[in-house]
Amino acid sequence: MTTPTVPPGTPPPGLSAEAVSKRFGTVTALHDVSVHFPPGQVTALMGENGAGKSTLLRILTGDHQPTVGRVLLNGTPLNLSSPIDARRAGVRIIPQEPEIIPHVSVAENIYLGALPRRAGRRLDRAELRRRVTADLARLGFDTVIDPDLLGSELTAAQRQLVEILRALTGAHAAQVIAFDEPTSSLSEREAEALFSLIAALRDQGVAIIYVSHRMKEIFRLADRIAVLRDGALAGVRPTSATSEGEIVRLMVGRDLSTMFERQQAATGDVVLSVENLTTDDVDDVSLEVRSGEVVALAGLIGAGRSELALALAGDSPVRSGTIRVNGREVRLRSPRDAIRAGVGLAPEERKAQALFLHRTIRDNITLVSLGRLRHGRFVSKAKEKALAQDFADRLRVRAPSIEAQVGTLSGGNQQKTVLARWLARRPELLILDEPTRGVDIGAKVEIYHIIAALARDGVAVLVISSELPEVLGLSDRVIVMQNGRVTGELSRDQASEEAILALAMADDLTDTPHPASDEPTGVAS
Amino acid sequence: MTTQTSPASGSVGTQLPPRRAGRIRVVLDTIGAQNLSLGAALALMLLLFGYLDPDYLSWDNLQVIAEAVTIVGLLAVVETVVIICGGLDISVGSQVGLASVVSAMVFTSAGANPLAGMAAALALGALIGLLNGAVIIYGRVNAVIATLAGLAAYKGVAQLISDGRAQGYVLTDSVFIFLGRGKIAGLPFMVWLLILVAAAVHVLLKYTDIGRNLYAIGGNATAARLAGINLNKYLIAAYALSGVVAALAGILLTARTGSGQPVSGSEGLELQAITAAALGGCALNGGKGTIPGTLLAVALLGALQNGLTVQGLNTFWQNVAQGLLLVAAVVIQQRRSGRRAVGLPA
Repeated sequence: MTTPTVPPGTPPPGLSAEAVSKRFGTVTALHDVSVHFPPGQVTALMGENGAGKSTLLRILTGDHQPTVGRVLLNGTPLNLSSPIDARRAGVRIIPQEPEIIPHVSVAENIYLGALPRRAGRRLDRAELRRRVTADLARLGFDTVIDPDLLGSELTAAQRQLVEILRALTGAHAAQVIAFDEPTSSLSEREAEALFSLIAALRDQGVAIIYVSHRMKEIFRLADRIAVLRDGALAGVRPTSATSEGEIVRLMVGRDLSTMFERQQAATGDVVLSVENLTTDDVDDVSLEVRSGEVVALAGLIGAGRSELALALAGDSPVRSGTIRVNGREVRLRSPRDAIRAGVGLAPEERKAQALFLHRTIRDNITLVSLGRLRHGRFVSKAKEKALAQDFADRLRVRAPSIEAQVGTLSGGNQQKTVLARWLARRPELLILDEPTRGVDIGAKVEIYHIIAALARDGVAVLVISSELPEVLGLSDRVIVMQNGRVTGELSRDQASEEAILALAMADDLTDTPHPASDEPTGVAS
Repeated sequence: MTTQTSPASGSVGTQLPPRRAGRIRVVLDTIGAQNLSLGAALALMLLLFGYLDPDYLSWDNLQVIAEAVTIVGLLAVVETVVIICGGLDISVGSQVGLASVVSAMVFTSAGANPLAGMAAALALGALIGLLNGAVIIYGRVNAVIATLAGLAAYKGVAQLISDGRAQGYVLTDSVFIFLGRGKIAGLPFMVWLLILVAAAVHVLLKYTDIGRNLYAIGGNATAARLAGINLNKYLIAAYALSGVVAALAGILLTARTGSGQPVSGSEGLELQAITAAALGGCALNGGKGTIPGTLLAVALLGALQNGLTVQGLNTFWQNVAQGLLLVAAVVIQQRRSGRRAVGLPA
């Protein structure tokens, strides 16, 4: 279905990426991707986290420019230097959270920036109303949304509809509309409403690009599925001629790297025991981590893993359930309580959540250990330096000295500084949230070694990672989450990328009956 | 980027950079570029005004400068603490006025008891600081807004209880006379007080875990919280410290002028204090700043103001000069940090 070459004179309608590659510095995000999005069809774009979906979407909608290759609309090359160019050309992306002005009407929201006016710049309300009514009728959405509603009164699906209407009614009517995980913040009913909208758009001949992780909705909605893997196109399949199993294989099929040298450590007593933990984002989670054990938390982005980590680190209120550390029940009211109980967290966003970029490596390492370095209220400079130097050396933090500002370090060295902070404190349980994100390959391997060494020293380690090879290579056990719940647990022998993905998308794969799917949902018939 | 790319050897911290200018470099690093340029600007200004008027550099005039900046200096020192932990206190000027009135009025009504007057002012200062902190933390009000409200309200309270007039004459009392005019070892007592407070705060910031936690809170509040620091406690304490020291400044104002002043002598002090802190290297979004830097900036502003007065320029021009100096300093600061940001690894 890809169209790398086109005979002149008969341009294929729709949007095409032609041999598109994108490099960021030394990292290749996309490699030689050619894919076609024909009008009147929904083409789903799938792939694991980091497979290049977002990069491709951004190139198609003008947010990034390809390093090599080009984007064509109806056979004509587009020169997209910004999203505004893409809009003018008729290519629109619908954001997950559309910008809706809360205190003005739907009609004004739709015609924002192009409101009809009368002499003296007065708003022509009658004309606005006439136009909106005509547009809604023409597009078949007149039963779905009342143009007099205020922006603040809209449901999530209606907000997306307003954005879609903006795309269809402006001076540059959209021929291509892309949706990026549109249902991630929608309820089931709202999602159904959105699917009807998308189907209506397709029937009007719009080319739809649909990015989602959710198998079930893709098989309901899409005509074709394009799968990206490691920045390359793994394949395009018509939905009618493929299966969920085949798509998962296309997404995964990759060599397991040989970067891991982890032997099963002798696991000891249970260090962390969580029973029926419920917070605002996590639902009824139970798990155990033993001393000397590395347990991975796998799942898709948004599965609630980071939220679970924050709850275990005392930064998210526990609604119900119990947390025990070394057999003692702990009540975590603040991160301080968790640190006292022996829990350390290297959070997901190390710059935003862990580091003090203007301070020195020494400062950053010793911050949680100052209590041990004090004489009275005064911090012993000599002891502090010795501690920071010791751990900076052990973790091979590369910098001119421990007095260097952390903000000047590379991602890998910053991450090692965060790890050094916790190792200096000697935690019972260390939670590492995406420890190798944004880290170059050399530092990655070093971090893997550090994690293995920690486990050998008897620390209980809980690793969150969205990179499946990392999950498989590092862990003794894998716990898989979806929508804030644990959907399964796999031993080292049971764990495979297919098995993890199956659990991570469990709700979509197991065909649970769908209450809203059989009845009309009141949206665009 | 400064990262060493050679494979790690054991002694990462000792091998680089090649230090040719060894000792000079160490001295430069401890003083800091910011303070160095402030010091240079101060020296230049002293030389310039000294050249224009030889009396400017006389011991007497330098003492006049020092006395004149004491009250602003005290406020700038605590403002530095508040700014370091990511806050701002623009109510300090009004707090000074309120403390001044209260110290004089309690002094009078307690039968010319200076200790009662001072204790009342300091206690009220602490209370106001706690109130500011509580409104900001528990009311979740932006610090600027909360203390802007304080700026108006505390001034109003001072005017209400004083009836808008100077209250109570204190210069019958030897303690107040000593506070305002006394000298120890040839230096005015007020200046000693500033040195004492500044030194104490400097030690607190630089050598204790409390100071380190304050920098951490201002540098990255989320990271500080996840590192187990009790943000609320520290922030409220910072505002309380600000209140107590503002009250101390209010007592000094009473001692200098001889009576409790609700507005005159304290109005606009908050802007001068914030100017000094910013000029001295505080980042207004927190996490950066030092007491030596702030003191240098206070000295610079005082020297400028005095020099312009000696040269006979009117106060309007002094305000303009102060404003220009602040803008210039912040622009330079931004440029410098901007270059560093560009140098970040991709």
